Amino acid sequence: MNKTSPTLLAVMVIVVAALAAFPFVGEKFYVQLVSKVMIMAIFAMSLDLLVGFAGLVSLGHAAFFGLAGYVAALMSPQYEAGNFWTTLPAAMAACAAFALITGFLVLRTSGIYFIMVTLAFAQMLFFIFHDTALGGGSDGIYIYVKPEMMLGDIKLLDLENFNVFYWLVLGCLVAVYLLLRQLLRSNFGHALIGIKTNDHRMRALGFPTFRYKLAAYVMSGALAGLAGYLAALQFGFVNPEILSWHTSGNVLMMVILGGMGTLHGAVVGAFSFILLQEVLSNQAFFGSVAKHWQLTMGLFIIAVALFLPKGLAGLFSRRGEK
Amino acid sequence: MSAPILKAEKLTKRFGGLAAVTDVSVDLYIGQVHAVIGTNGAGKSTLTNMLSGDLPPTSGSIHYDGHELAGMASHKISRLGIGRSYQKTNIFLPFTVFENVRLAAQSRHPRFWQVWRSATAFADINASAERAIVAAGLAAKRDTVAANMSHGEQRQLEIAMCLATDPKVLLLDEPLAGMGPAESERIVELIGQLKDGHAIMLIEHDMDAVFAVADRLTVMVNGAVLETGTPEEVRASPMVQQAYLGDSFATGDLHV
Ligand SMILES: Nc1ncnc2c1ncn2[C@@H]1O[C@H](COP(=O)(O)OP(=O)(O)O)[C@@H](O)[C@H]1O
Ligand SMILES: [Mg+2]
Repeated sequence: MNKTSPTLLAVMVIVVAALAAFPFVGEKFYVQLVSKVMIMAIFAMSLDLLVGFAGLVSLGHAAFFGLAGYVAALMSPQYEAGNFWTTLPAAMAACAAFALITGFLVLRTSGIYFIMVTLAFAQMLFFIFHDTALGGGSDGIYIYVKPEMMLGDIKLLDLENFNVFYWLVLGCLVAVYLLLRQLLRSNFGHALIGIKTNDHRMRALGFPTFRYKLAAYVMSGALAGLAGYLAALQFGFVNPEILSWHTSGNVLMMVILGGMGTLHGAVVGAFSFILLQEVLSNQAFFGSVAKHWQLTMGLFIIAVALFLPKGLAGLFSRRGEK
Repeated sequence: MSAPILKAEKLTKRFGGLAAVTDVSVDLYIGQVHAVIGTNGAGKSTLTNMLSGDLPPTSGSIHYDGHELAGMASHKISRLGIGRSYQKTNIFLPFTVFENVRLAAQSRHPRFWQVWRSATAFADINASAERAIVAAGLAAKRDTVAANMSHGEQRQLEIAMCLATDPKVLLLDEPLAGMGPAESERIVELIGQLKDGHAIMLIEHDMDAVFAVADRLTVMVNGAVLETGTPEEVRASPMVQQAYLGDSFATGDLHV
């Protein structure tokens, strides 16, 4: 189970090195685009922990992504910088708490019911922020100044600098990948994969499977919160759209596109999805069809689902692992 | 004889209108094999499912080592020391033999929070997995993916997984079904060895195997106990002989 082949490891080291070097050559627009992609990759990996490893297909993952964004926005003073060291843990803790509470209910269901209940909880949050003044209603809230990362009197990183912010996101991406990879290699991870394969047998063997799933759900929610926090900072605003089922659907498509249950597949999925979206909606390439990029994207995803059941990442491993 | 380690009293299970098991009582003792026989649909698997917590009984009680098991969740029952194998093979098909059995052994040392250590790095878990694999006769198949094994080998894996959880009580639901003669013989021998220090409930159709290892025997018909006693007593029971229409049973041939 989940061994990394030397080829894959080499590819990863090269990709990370290339990503780290990119701000030295890329224009601002592209640096920010890749930064957005990496944030979505963290989001997709957090969902892959549920979908690909615990076998829990959630259609409400945007709830965590959006909640963390709103916590970041609500905790930031309007025209001054907030504190990175309090807003990030608060955002992730809020997501973990939301996951813990909703997890007790959603994890009692499975299959199609799990999909429906996760969706329902996300929609509840959507309407809370959309229809009440709590988070600025449908207009949302602006984050004019990014939080500061202070160590005593020293500003550790200047997050207003888009290159620095990019490297912070890259660091988070690598850290989340390594964390999840180790988690999945541990007893906990093996039990999770056992639960996905045969929950009933795991219980008969003495595993309290509910507790394992709940732990994974909380972990996944907190990491989606990290992604949502970074996204709110990068875009400089939050609105109910980040909680909508489109956001949940997009991240699920990224996981499926890249290949479930591999972690790096989620990263590949996020890159392909957003870059495809940029290309397909670009009138210079696709002219009048560009307006209907969702149609072309849909066809592409259908093709991947039909012809590459292991997703785009399956293409690499098939060649790389021979 | 000392007190039974597991005492099930008047267990009943109804599925809607169907009474699959009615008022069945069984006592299991350390050092004994208690065989349960009966035609298909007699309720033997349902009885096992109630003892293991896979199904809650409709009524009745199960006393085990100071605990009441009726209605308890299956993972708790398993952790109290009751292991089972399934009649319908129930394993992790995409995993290797070792990974199947290692996971079973892990359940006794969950180490939920030790996420920084790899699952395969725990010597005690690995050792109990290896022991169970050897005992079930699967040493040569250690690294074979379960889905690629023969039906008989998958049945052996069922037993290895049950052993790896280090149970005090073993509930074996037709462990020999689908096994070749050599493997069957091996497993019967293994059951004979395990008797020492364990209480075993053996559901089995193969009468040679039953008479080779059973200390006590319960015959079930239509969800109820027809007769229970030593193999000799049961063999001599007029009710049993009548139920099986004639004396084919007395000669040790009960393939219905
Ligand atoms: N989950 C279930 N739902 C409904 N009926 C069941 C279920 N499990 C078993 N039964 C019924 O209960 C009866 C006893 O079945 P079972 O315990 O499997 O018998 P045996 O193991 O002795 O062959 C059968 O009539 C069977 O159809
Ligand atoms: Mg049966």
